[in-house]
Amino acid sequence: MNKTFEPVLIGFTCNWCSYRAADLAGTSRTKYPPNIRLVRLMCSGRLDPTFVLKALAEGADGVLITGCHPGECHYLEQNYKALRRYHLLRRTLQSLGIEPERVKLVWASASEGLQLAEAIREFTEEIRTLGPLRWNAQAELRSEEVPLEAVP
Amino acid sequence: MNAATSDSPRIGVYVCHCGSNIAHMVDVEEVRAWAEETLKGEGVVVARDYKFMCSSLGQELIQKDIRELGLNRIVVAACSPHLHEKTFRAACEKAGLNGYLCELVSIREHASWVHTDKAAATEKSKMIVAGGVKRVRYDEPLDPLRVPIHKRTLVVGGGIAGIQTALEIANAGYPVYLVEREASIGGHMAQFDKTFPTLDCAACILTPKMVDAGEHPNITLLTWSEVTRVEGSLGNFQVTIRKKARHVVEDLCTGCGICTEKCPKKVLDTVFEAGLGYRKAIYTPFPQSVPKYPVIDVENCTYFVKGKCKACQIFCPTGAIDFEQEDEETTVEVGNIILATGFQTFDPRRIPQYGYGRLANVFTSLEFERMSNAAGPTGGEIVLRDGKTKPQSVAIVHCVGSRDRRYNNYCSVICCMQSLKFAHLVKERTGAEVYNFYIDMRTAYKGYDEFYQRVLSEGVNLVRGKVAEITDAARLPGEEGKLIVQVEDTLAGRQRRIPVDMVILSVGLEPRKDAYETAKLFGISCSANGWYTEKHPKLDPVATMTEGIFIAGACQGPKDIPTSVAQGAAAAARVLGHIQAGEMSMEPIRASVDEARCSGCRICNGLCPFNAISFHDDRRVTEINPALCQGCGTCVAACPAGAISGTGFSDAQVMAQIEGLLWDVRV
Ligand SMILES: Cc1cc2nc3c(=O)[nH]c(=O)nc-3n(C[C@H](O)[C@H](O)[C@H](O)COP(=O)(O)OP(=O)(O)OC[C@H]3O[C@@H](n4cnc5c(N)ncnc54)[C@H](O)[C@@H]3O)c2cc1C
Ligand code: SF4
Ligand code: SF4
Ligand code: FES
Repeated sequence: MNKTFEPVLIGFTCNWCSYRAADLAGTSRTKYPPNIRLVRLMCSGRLDPTFVLKALAEGADGVLITGCHPGECHYLEQNYKALRRYHLLRRTLQSLGIEPERVKLVWASASEGLQLAEAIREFTEEIRTLGPLRWNAQAELRSEEVPLEAVP
Repeated sequence: MNAATSDSPRIGVYVCHCGSNIAHMVDVEEVRAWAEETLKGEGVVVARDYKFMCSSLGQELIQKDIRELGLNRIVVAACSPHLHEKTFRAACEKAGLNGYLCELVSIREHASWVHTDKAAATEKSKMIVAGGVKRVRYDEPLDPLRVPIHKRTLVVGGGIAGIQTALEIANAGYPVYLVEREASIGGHMAQFDKTFPTLDCAACILTPKMVDAGEHPNITLLTWSEVTRVEGSLGNFQVTIRKKARHVVEDLCTGCGICTEKCPKKVLDTVFEAGLGYRKAIYTPFPQSVPKYPVIDVENCTYFVKGKCKACQIFCPTGAIDFEQEDEETTVEVGNIILATGFQTFDPRRIPQYGYGRLANVFTSLEFERMSNAAGPTGGEIVLRDGKTKPQSVAIVHCVGSRDRRYNNYCSVICCMQSLKFAHLVKERTGAEVYNFYIDMRTAYKGYDEFYQRVLSEGVNLVRGKVAEITDAARLPGEEGKLIVQVEDTLAGRQRRIPVDMVILSVGLEPRKDAYETAKLFGISCSANGWYTEKHPKLDPVATMTEGIFIAGACQGPKDIPTSVAQGAAAAARVLGHIQAGEMSMEPIRASVDEARCSGCRICNGLCPFNAISFHDDRRVTEINPALCQGCGTCVAACPAGAISGTGFSDAQVMAQIEGLLWDVRV
């Protein structure tokens, strides 16, 4: 695999915890790889699975979903809903032929800047190992009407 | 309505250097030039960079462009929105542009401060700017929600911080509920004898405040009570309080104390007397308790345990004892809440080599406070566990459980001063030889170092070094029958064994064991160590991230009495500001249903934890009550018909931001 592959990642963060954890990582000058680009939502419950599909469709190689720890959601329990959607989403991805590992859910409270940075670092490496998401390539493959058994 | 199509966007992009905070790791000029050139097609009319965008000159730059270039959307690439979103929104408002048409994107916390490769950080910053530009096109002008503020306030915790808070608000003429879980207000301060650095008598300065709080016409004191439920938000919280049964009718009780006198059951008092003394099964924690009404401790009361006794009832001259009394729940409406729930002390049993609980004459600091208190179990006599022998030599160990990665990694702030206070009291009252063992001497703040100098001049022995072990195993002559403190004296550079009669452990301050549950109940967060998190560590130390909920005193972190009082007053000032304004603005982030698109599937109906979603059976559509909606967006994400939109975080805004963030790789 191409050694210089730099994955592009989208991270969805929750306004109350993980976005603040990212802020805290900043103010405490904790370092992590620059591959991730963060989107702020009010809560992980706001995460519409189509946001994730959109990110993957637009060229992201992986999507990190973050939210408050179970039981700590600012809106009481919405992160449990995010958790359910996450499992559903991974299955959907699999059926679309995308490795479910490209989407990952981690919890980070507002005080866990270090932990979030670590999670980002880990995820970056995981996607680096997985290689680029070649959604289009796969689509092209299909449109060329390759015999079914040739499709990976 | 799609804002981007209603008026053609004229966007201004402002990239901040933040002195060198951003500029050292992001090529600001390159980001600016890229935005101006590449994002032209997205409506960017002008892109500028400036040393400090948040300065008045930086803000004026934006305002001038709004006026002269007719900008209708602004993107500032600088620090976190949690720091300066308000600043830039207000700047736009002043130039006549709705503040919600301004996006602040972070290239400092999320780029320059966390990356080490300037080229990569610069590229990422461009993408962050593109995300902001794409998103801002879909921003809509919004008006902050105005919420009326209920004039009543709830203060939770009646230690010195909570008492101060309640008094400040009550004195300003507004009603306060002060909820305390113990039978009396006073908190830890009520347990002390003297307070550093002035050595004022704690009771002398605290009792008048307790009495004021107890008698104040604007304060409803609810002791032996706890909050069980919190609903609502800034301006209008509904709080359910459980008043535990006292088994004493407050209206009848005169506080004469005969019941306590007659009660045959003695109970070890592990709360107020820190396990050093006894109370009765019907008791007030201490003589100056406020309120004066006793409580029956049902776990130990002979009547409750064995079914007979009733001595208190027989002797009570007013018939105030009621064994049938039950817990009561009341729900009150308040506009703001202040948490002042304080701390607990570190349990030194966790450091077995210090021998607490095993070696009789090892005491905790709280035990020593009670022992040195004239109203305490020994009448103020400093004596060994046998209750009579005066110690000839006393060791005081600082930092027990603090500044130690195995226990609490932080400094408990007050222990050095408190240990010096103990040294002074021991010297003064017993003339014993005193050894203080410290790691670093921390005596910052007014009058503190002077107190340290004074204690030094009194002939206290200060040994710098962390105590390794406290043992009764004598090895050398002179050690028999003593406690031996084993320490590496880091100034003398050698191991020492110092035999003493008594050891006092200055145990650290910790969050209360239920601090986390309490935080969850009120919807605020805790730091990694468990202290309540303030909105901003420097600039907003008594507010929390939850509007309308404030914190004061040691629940926010270890602190001394003066700082607790100052925070209590500060929190009160913030609440009074809210009350006097009459209404406050809140972020207008709310969900709403487009009835025409709602299919009536009811998928969203069960998703709202705030009961904001209701279903109209007649019209078969769902409606969201904006007064109850908190804007989490869960229903927005769930609606299969796309009928629910969320202001501030609409699908269009998020989708557009994703496109922008992936500008370089979009396929
Ligand atoms: C041994 C020792 C000696 C000290 N000596 C000094 C000194 O000399 N000078 C000095 O300046 N500082 C001293 N301090 C520090 C001082 O104790 C604190 O600064 C002060 O007590 C903090 O006040 P507070 O009101 O925040 O907390 P606390 O005193 O802990 O009061 C909190 C109150 O809230 C109540 N509460 C807690 N949770 C709830 C709940 N969920 N619902 C209802 N009520 C609740 C508690 O029962 C308590 O009454 C000393 C500390 C120790 C441990
Ligand atoms: S706007 Fe933010 S980044 Fe810019 S100077 Fe001010 S604090 Fe620094
Ligand atoms: S999920 Fe959407 S369509 Fe279904 S009831 Fe709720 S608003 Fe209507
Ligand atoms: S508010 Fe963070 S997950 Fe809900």
